[in-house]
Amino acid sequence: MDGLSVERIHVWRGERHLLRGVSFALAPGQLLQVSGPNGAGKSTLLRAVCGLTRPEQGEVRWGGTPIAAVRESFLAQLAYAAHEPALKGDLTALENLHFAVSLRRRADTAELGSCLERTGVGSCAELAARILSAGQRRRVALARVLALRAPLWVLDEPFANLDAAGAGMLSAILREHVEAGGAALVVAHHELAVGIATRRLELAP
Amino acid sequence: MWTWFYRLASPPYVYGLATALTPWLLAGAGLAIAAGLVGGLVFAPPDYQQGDAFRIIYVHVPGAFLSLMVYCIMAVAGAIGLIWRIKMGHAVAVASAPVGASFTLIALVTGSLWGKPMWGTYWAWDPRLTSELILLFLYVGVMSLRSAFEDSQRGDRAAALLAIVGVINVPIIHFSVQWWNSLHQGPTIAKIGAPSMPGSMLWPLLAMLLGFALFYGAVLCMRLRGEVLNRERQSTWVREAVRS
Amino acid sequence: MTPGSAQGTGVGPARGDAAGSVPGVAESPAPGAGVGTFGAAALIMRRELRLSFRRPEHLVQPLVFFLIITTLFPLGLSLQLSQLRDMAPGVLWGAALLSSLLSLDALFKSDADDGTLEQLALSGQGLTVIVIAKTLAHWLVTGAALVLVSPLVATALDIPASAFALMMSSLALGTLTLSWLGSIGAALTVGLKRGNVLISLIVLPLAMPLLIFGASATERAISGTSAAGPLYLLTALCVLTTTLAPFAASAALKISLD
Repeated sequence: MDGLSVERIHVWRGERHLLRGVSFALAPGQLLQVSGPNGAGKSTLLRAVCGLTRPEQGEVRWGGTPIAAVRESFLAQLAYAAHEPALKGDLTALENLHFAVSLRRRADTAELGSCLERTGVGSCAELAARILSAGQRRRVALARVLALRAPLWVLDEPFANLDAAGAGMLSAILREHVEAGGAALVVAHHELAVGIATRRLELAP
Repeated sequence: MWTWFYRLASPPYVYGLATALTPWLLAGAGLAIAAGLVGGLVFAPPDYQQGDAFRIIYVHVPGAFLSLMVYCIMAVAGAIGLIWRIKMGHAVAVASAPVGASFTLIALVTGSLWGKPMWGTYWAWDPRLTSELILLFLYVGVMSLRSAFEDSQRGDRAAALLAIVGVINVPIIHFSVQWWNSLHQGPTIAKIGAPSMPGSMLWPLLAMLLGFALFYGAVLCMRLRGEVLNRERQSTWVREAVRS
Repeated sequence: MTPGSAQGTGVGPARGDAAGSVPGVAESPAPGAGVGTFGAAALIMRRELRLSFRRPEHLVQPLVFFLIITTLFPLGLSLQLSQLRDMAPGVLWGAALLSSLLSLDALFKSDADDGTLEQLALSGQGLTVIVIAKTLAHWLVTGAALVLVSPLVATALDIPASAFALMMSSLALGTLTLSWLGSIGAALTVGLKRGNVLISLIVLPLAMPLLIFGASATERAISGTSAAGPLYLLTALCVLTTTLAPFAASAALKISLD
């Protein structure tokens, strides 16, 4: 099958049994919202999907194959944005983007600039990330997701720190991504107003 | 062979095995140590050079031997836990570490006690004792690394990796210290545990070695039981075992 | 799809310009397209060096620490200048190991704290490549820098100039080996809140052979006898750690990231 499928994964964190047999499938052109109270294992689920955390039981598959077996091609098609924006404070926004993209392919500065423009931080391109506000850093992180041009987006609370305009921008970007055949797995607490069919996965505490 | 290996991965089996083995190992250790002590302290003749002071080797040599052996066991058990994700491997490593460190300490203390009459000082940077001291540091490193993790599973795996790195380093450290010693000091007086030993001196030493090894086995089994219970306290078999 | 085909025109794109900013599934780049392993290693090294030079104080601090330690010993021992020379190799090497270790704590930790380590791990490049590139960059800004200032310290410790070449090459080998050992320690402690004492506790016992061979090579260089023996042994250690440590450190990173 195409896309991502998660089959009954169990993850323990020390004493706590965080994920108890979570399963879902995410095909191209679909948006899946993950929600649940704090400590329900939302971030852990996302890390397991990316292969950062290895589940004790169960399997994460990409195109029907376990991700460990197709690690390289899977990672090439994945854009992950963790809860923290993952920017080097001493590098400029553009340098941060440039480095992230160059590890995968030849980066084009004009294209990266347009990604920053798209998320509304085009004017911050030459500023060190450490002097940006939390919302601006979030926008730069979203620009990186755009710039990676990956079909699978895994976003951990991307709406955090964004103002109303920022939330609207993110919703539009998500809609475009999904309508163009991309898949997105998004952790969000509120109802997503993206304007397309959204499935929801509720994690119990 | 493989079925036995896989059964060893199952906590209830390990718990049962450790429980069954403990009394036998303890009895064996008691017998061997008693025989070794009587043989070493009563029957063995005094050394023509060192007099009665040499008798400390009956504690020192087994302690030093076990300190190395336990470190290797800890590394191998950790590797099994790391590679095959067998939790019982980590349990054995965790249960072994303080025991091995204690043997190292015994070897160090007895070695320096022996050094006082021989060299006139408790610490003369003898290469074997220096290696032993570094081995103690390695033990402390592994144990502190494990306890620094809040998540015990990650602590287990990190400590196992460090133990493996350490086990590669042990011979290098030993060689370098030996090499260093050959530069800075003349040949030390009469090495402990010289190979040419009369039989009446040697057999108590072998008995003590066996006794120490059995004692380690017994302590390992006892500590392993606690370790297994602690790790599996969420599982049904432990709850049933505790209830009954 | 060529980079910038639509994006180039899309600087300040209209909101509806969907095709421009969001590629379809089929257009995703092939794995590692355009960037080989060496290219990636070079990129990571360049980033590390750039980050170091944006924070010059981090570059200078270990060197100053090195100078301070070597000042402590003569002051504490109140030696004659002739006796100083006997102490010099040990003092020099002890200070070199301690000051290189000081900055190793941050090798992976700064990236782990701001989340960029996860991004690196998901970049499709192997963890081993990341470890090698970061460790080499770290050695360039600490170890190699330390080697360069070592003649200064050596002069203060009454080491003759004739011994400088040998002393510096042994220090270069020694600090590189320590960086590899330290990369294992840094990877093991990366997830811990207070790892900097622990990393010394873990790495220093492993570094004892380095101290022995390094100080001995320096000592022989000072006395004018052949330093080939310890220097060969030091080289052997350096080769051994260069081949094995990256794998150990990447395994450790995997444990820490999990």
